[in-house]
Amino acid sequence: MSTVAIGAARGRLELREFFRRKEAVVFTFSLPAFILVLLGSVFSGDMVDAGVSMSQLFTASMVGAGILSTSFITLGVGVATDREDGTLKRLRGTPMPAAAYFLGKLVLVAVASLAEVALLLAVGVLLFDVELPTDPARWLTFAWVFALGVVSCSLLGIAASGLAKSSRSAPAVMNLPYIGLQFISGVFINPIVALPAAMVGVASFFPLKWICQGMRSVFLPDGATALEMAGAWEHGLTALVLGAWCVVGLALCLATFRWTNK
Amino acid sequence: MSAIRVRGLRKAYGGVAAVDGVDLDIAVGEVFALLGPNGAGKSTTVEILEGHRKRDAGEVEVLGGDPGRASAAWRGRIGIVLQSATDAAELTVREAVRHFAGYYPDPRDPDEVIELVGLTGKAGARAGRLSGGQRRRLDVALGIIGRPELVFLDEPTTGFDPEARRQFWSLIRLLAGEGTTILLTTHYLDEAEALADRVAVIAGGRIVAEGSPKTLGGRATAEATVRWVGADGPQVRRTADPQNLIVELSRHEELAELTVARPTLEDVYLDLIGERA
Ligand SMILES: Nc1ncnc2c1ncn2[C@@H]1O[C@H](COP(=O)(O)OP(=O)(O)O)[C@@H](O)[C@H]1O
Ligand SMILES: [Mg+2]
Repeated sequence: MSTVAIGAARGRLELREFFRRKEAVVFTFSLPAFILVLLGSVFSGDMVDAGVSMSQLFTASMVGAGILSTSFITLGVGVATDREDGTLKRLRGTPMPAAAYFLGKLVLVAVASLAEVALLLAVGVLLFDVELPTDPARWLTFAWVFALGVVSCSLLGIAASGLAKSSRSAPAVMNLPYIGLQFISGVFINPIVALPAAMVGVASFFPLKWICQGMRSVFLPDGATALEMAGAWEHGLTALVLGAWCVVGLALCLATFRWTNK
Repeated sequence: MSAIRVRGLRKAYGGVAAVDGVDLDIAVGEVFALLGPNGAGKSTTVEILEGHRKRDAGEVEVLGGDPGRASAAWRGRIGIVLQSATDAAELTVREAVRHFAGYYPDPRDPDEVIELVGLTGKAGARAGRLSGGQRRRLDVALGIIGRPELVFLDEPTTGFDPEARRQFWSLIRLLAGEGTTILLTTHYLDEAEALADRVAVIAGGRIVAEGSPKTLGGRATAEATVRWVGADGPQVRRTADPQNLIVELSRHEELAELTVARPTLEDVYLDLIGERA
């Protein structure tokens, strides 16, 4: 079999394992939707400027946080677990090409992230009057923000998996930056202009702020730029930052990836 | 032809030698046991031969290749039975075995392998819900699915009950019967004796004896202990030639409760690893 065929088979296997794992389904997959239901309901009916409701703002931002969960957390925890439970060691002793393992993870993350976005948008549409855009240009924006976001966060997750001493500590190691970034990147606290500029300044160094901003540019009306720090969607800068993180993430992976804990 | 050839293998952890100059020659089709107590260096040696760990020094050739620079084709010819893996917990036995079959150019039939390791009744069960012994049998299934020429088993029966161990032994004999070369490590004497064509005893990272289970440590030629109850009560005599002694003695008296004993493999082994004063 070719590397691509084996990678596809691994992707199917990874998806099956992911969705059979209770803690993955509950904490990684369902938690962002649960938080969106809570946050959106607490502030339901509150209008911000530009004819945008708080719940719509939360929905768009949570789409960004959701794909960080299904990429960064999934791989950070997943690869640490693979390293500990013998998955990587076993694979290393077979003729499976190393690239097929990463291809399988990519399939897992891409499918899980798309499902995550669908779930969050369903919550938004059904509960918070979010309207899905019909303009193809907006879906094009969605596609590249999604792709750059998933790839950069996946690579960072794989690199971060090596920081965890064991698969038990991995969720804690991964969630610390995730939760912290959600506070300062305009996910839990909206609109982002409500945050101190210095905090957003820190968040601007990391991918989450840009993924969420990109998603707001897809799912909110154009007038909502008034609720951004820069007063604009900053697509060029978004692509630049996320692209840079893809490069940094890849370099970190290549420098730090280990097949075993030894 | 040799399947494994090792000369002067060395590996240290933090300056402390774990494997300290090991030589091995294992022929194609042979069942070879590396026997030694915990910490002797068995896993380190085997994992270097599998390509899982790097060596500090020495020559290593496994199936004509250097495990330190293993190619995918080389990996396809060996089978590794992992010692303590808990991977694939969410997959069923059948899903896991079928999936791994897809990595190899000429795999065995997954259902046949499941049958071979005695997991047919559990083929639909999640790997994470198997008992310890069943889980190890799944590890064997995944180790042999690719129809390997050479199989590594590191302490495969640790924690098995006697029944499971016997079943496991017949599985190893079956593989050996098909001509598979087998390198297994164990700290059970009876296991080495039951399975191996040849045994090497390893202690403190060195091979201290090597031979067939019958001749190990000069066992076959060691002095025998002859005991009997004569007219003057119980008697004990050590001799290299018990047959002559008995013929001689029986001319003079009745030899009641006569026994002749060579050192057991256990006696030899404990001497070799220095566990006996
Ligand atoms: N990864 C490691 N790091 C440090 N020391 C190790 C490591 N692996 C094994 N050792 C040490 O090397 C020696 C041999 O270990 P090992 O090869 O596992 O022996 P065995 O398998 O015969 O029990 C032991 O003293 C063990 O503590
Ligand atoms: Mg060991």
